[in-house]
Amino acid sequence: MTLAENSLNQINAPIAHSEKEHTPWWEYFTFSTDHKVIGIQYLVTTFFFYLLGGALASLVRAELATPDSDLLPPEWYNSSFTMHGTIMIFLWIVPAVTGGFGNYLVPLMIGARDMAFPTLNAIAFWMIIPGGLLLISSFFVGPASTGWTAYPPLSILTEQHIGQAIWIFSIIILGTSSILAAVNFIVTIWSMRMQGMGLFDMPLFCWAMLATSVLALVATPVLAGALILLAFDLLAGTSFFNPTGGGNPVVYQHLFWFYSHPAVYVMILPVFGIISEVLPPHARKPIFGYKAIAYSSMMICALGLVVWAHHMFTSGTPDWLRVFFMIATLLVAVPTGIKIFSWLATLWGGKLRLESPLLFAIGFISMFVVGGLSGVMLGSVPIDIHVHDTYFVVAHFHYVLFGGSVFGIYAGIYHWFPKMTGRMLNETWGKIHFALTFVGFNLCFFPMHILGLQGMPRRVAQYDPQFAEINLICSIGAFILAISTIPFLVNAVYSWLKGEKAPSNPWKALTLEWTTDSPPIPHNWHGEPPLFTHPYDYGMVDYAKLGQLLADHEASNLFPNH
Amino acid sequence: MKRQALLSVLILIGLVVAASIWFGQNHGLLPTAASEEAVLYDKLFSAVIAIAFGLFLIVEGVLIYSLFRFRKRRNDEEDGAPWHDNIRLEMIWTAIPTVIVLWVALYSFDVYSTMRGTDVLMVAHHLHQHPKSVLVAQAEGKLPEIDAETVNIDVQGMQFAWIFTYPHEITSGELHVPVNKHIHLNLSAVDVLHAFWVPQLRLKQDTIPGSPTHLDFYPTKIGEYPVVCAELCGSYHGGMRTTMIVESAEDYQKWLNEQLEVAQADSSPKVATAQMSESDYLAGKVSHNMTHSHHH
Repeated sequence: MTLAENSLNQINAPIAHSEKEHTPWWEYFTFSTDHKVIGIQYLVTTFFFYLLGGALASLVRAELATPDSDLLPPEWYNSSFTMHGTIMIFLWIVPAVTGGFGNYLVPLMIGARDMAFPTLNAIAFWMIIPGGLLLISSFFVGPASTGWTAYPPLSILTEQHIGQAIWIFSIIILGTSSILAAVNFIVTIWSMRMQGMGLFDMPLFCWAMLATSVLALVATPVLAGALILLAFDLLAGTSFFNPTGGGNPVVYQHLFWFYSHPAVYVMILPVFGIISEVLPPHARKPIFGYKAIAYSSMMICALGLVVWAHHMFTSGTPDWLRVFFMIATLLVAVPTGIKIFSWLATLWGGKLRLESPLLFAIGFISMFVVGGLSGVMLGSVPIDIHVHDTYFVVAHFHYVLFGGSVFGIYAGIYHWFPKMTGRMLNETWGKIHFALTFVGFNLCFFPMHILGLQGMPRRVAQYDPQFAEINLICSIGAFILAISTIPFLVNAVYSWLKGEKAPSNPWKALTLEWTTDSPPIPHNWHGEPPLFTHPYDYGMVDYAKLGQLLADHEASNLFPNH
Repeated sequence: MKRQALLSVLILIGLVVAASIWFGQNHGLLPTAASEEAVLYDKLFSAVIAIAFGLFLIVEGVLIYSLFRFRKRRNDEEDGAPWHDNIRLEMIWTAIPTVIVLWVALYSFDVYSTMRGTDVLMVAHHLHQHPKSVLVAQAEGKLPEIDAETVNIDVQGMQFAWIFTYPHEITSGELHVPVNKHIHLNLSAVDVLHAFWVPQLRLKQDTIPGSPTHLDFYPTKIGEYPVVCAELCGSYHGGMRTTMIVESAEDYQKWLNEQLEVAQADSSPKVATAQMSESDYLAGKVSHNMTHSHHH
């Protein structure tokens, strides 16, 4: 063991706490108000929904393996992609990145004992399960089949009336949960930082959660409003959006996208935060451009609220409006570019420990940039008019939300699993998981760019036979992607039960969550949290000295009389 | 040493630029360009995808280089150098993307204006409210004249077919247009949203029940192109397709005359969508059947 390694290990001195201090397993099945329990409840629950959403995606890709509509009845096919999108957005990515990682990490990172409103936090989580089960119940009556966008008049005239109504009420419940969580994060981050931690001393994940929560708080009520009006049109025969009664279906599109474009940032901003947390300890370098990354989150938040109509360039929007939204949309590329370049500069000159967390984080950058670049292309009004509602768009948002968000979620799981469970994940299976997911994802989604440009619309069960070969490749990729979850699941379950015990700080990281036990004790620390460094002081701290400080601090808290 | 590094960076940038320009010219990602608008579109697309390709190469290149160059060596437990700020570098990677996206916005605006045949900011709201008449009234020479050179066709979207109505109430399930004329489509929908899309024109416009929309183009290539519905409209959305036939002015006139004769001889419903079974939609027979109904 080298001297340096020895000194690094000193910040990882095992601290013996009694077993009974740890959260018992059954608490995860209760109305617990502990933010860490709630965070894990979110992550585990949403992962089940992810598997369900993935199964539906597999159905869609199985139908599209051949040009004819020959596998599913057409309504079932439409229901499959509708429920796939709805579940992945409202029951997987949004609750996993905000409720899951946000709840688990924010209090630990800012040195707080819990969220500002612990009971509200538990209420927000316990709305997810009824909301999700309600949505699933619609499978027994004919689920919604009008896309996750539910555009009227189709969603009003649909034959799956009950399924559509269930869909609306389920989304309202899930949206309400998201609003409650957003209030909680804003108050927590604003007012519960420990003494000595200014806004610009926070880990960047907290900045990302702040920006995300502002977006969710401002935008989600508008969706709820739109859906309530849609429910009236559907169930009570009103004509807010129904043209036969004088309503305007385009107004719904405005209200819907006023939420649903910011929703994209709700799904990606926290993941930007995760990447900013994962890169420094595994590259052994400080984050590059801390302030620029923090400000860029806020800039994306502000711009994200004024770009919604770029989803409506082929709709009934006036030309001048299209031009305004084009410019605003293209400008989002600037703060996003700042983040990507700052991450590259963080890796540059580092000592990259190419284990699963960093592999998934680098995978994230490599694919998110593709989604970002196709996003710039889509921002241009004329370019968008050709590829709007085609497979080019399907490719684009899967590069953002799978290549981006889901890879980031995996990076986060591999990084914080030891903290959350007290066990290490198996590294070999992690690498196999990464390789399969990376290959499957790119095989599935990259060719879709070509499909869209060449003329294949989205949301179709049958297509021109000229697209048969490329679609088959996509379906093979989807199959590999489905298989790729198996090594992860086996690894996660096995490691949680029997994995190697994790020390309190296996990655020698400097953010506060690594200064407490793995898993942390119920109120996170004995006494004051030990804030001795900035979150990204890699290469700048004397680890021997830091280890000594931490040990002294811990001893003084454990044995305050000595 | 420093000079050598600078030189290799410059060479690399040169290679990336060359590769991007080459890719922009040779990507082959778009179908035939069958109209003036499509040619404009393709120039814009080539420019933007060349830039995107260059940025893609830079980011992936840095990632792959870092994976090899900066991977942790065995027994090296040190941290990397604590390099975490460089104002000049950050200014560069803020300024360059800003300039690029503003240029893309400007170029896109220019192409969009030309494609719409109008200054989109000036007459936008009039256009929106009164698709044609006001467009002419407000034009004052700025807009293309709606005259004999312009062919007006009404397009109606319905679950799950396109109906095209020509002068003299001629109705067809196929879109016939003469080459090298201004085509003006008046789009409407009877039931739900649809979107009229011809990939070879690079144009798409939603049809909205209750609010008419329009689309203008200038076809330049004789041929048959698919007309695709691009907005989810129900169970057989994927089967809502037909063909656009761009033909010579003579052929177009001949076809119109034939249709007129057929229409006069046969006053029965011209488009028998209601009689079609689900399996017809599934088999994509919509346009096929409709065309035949006119030839009887």
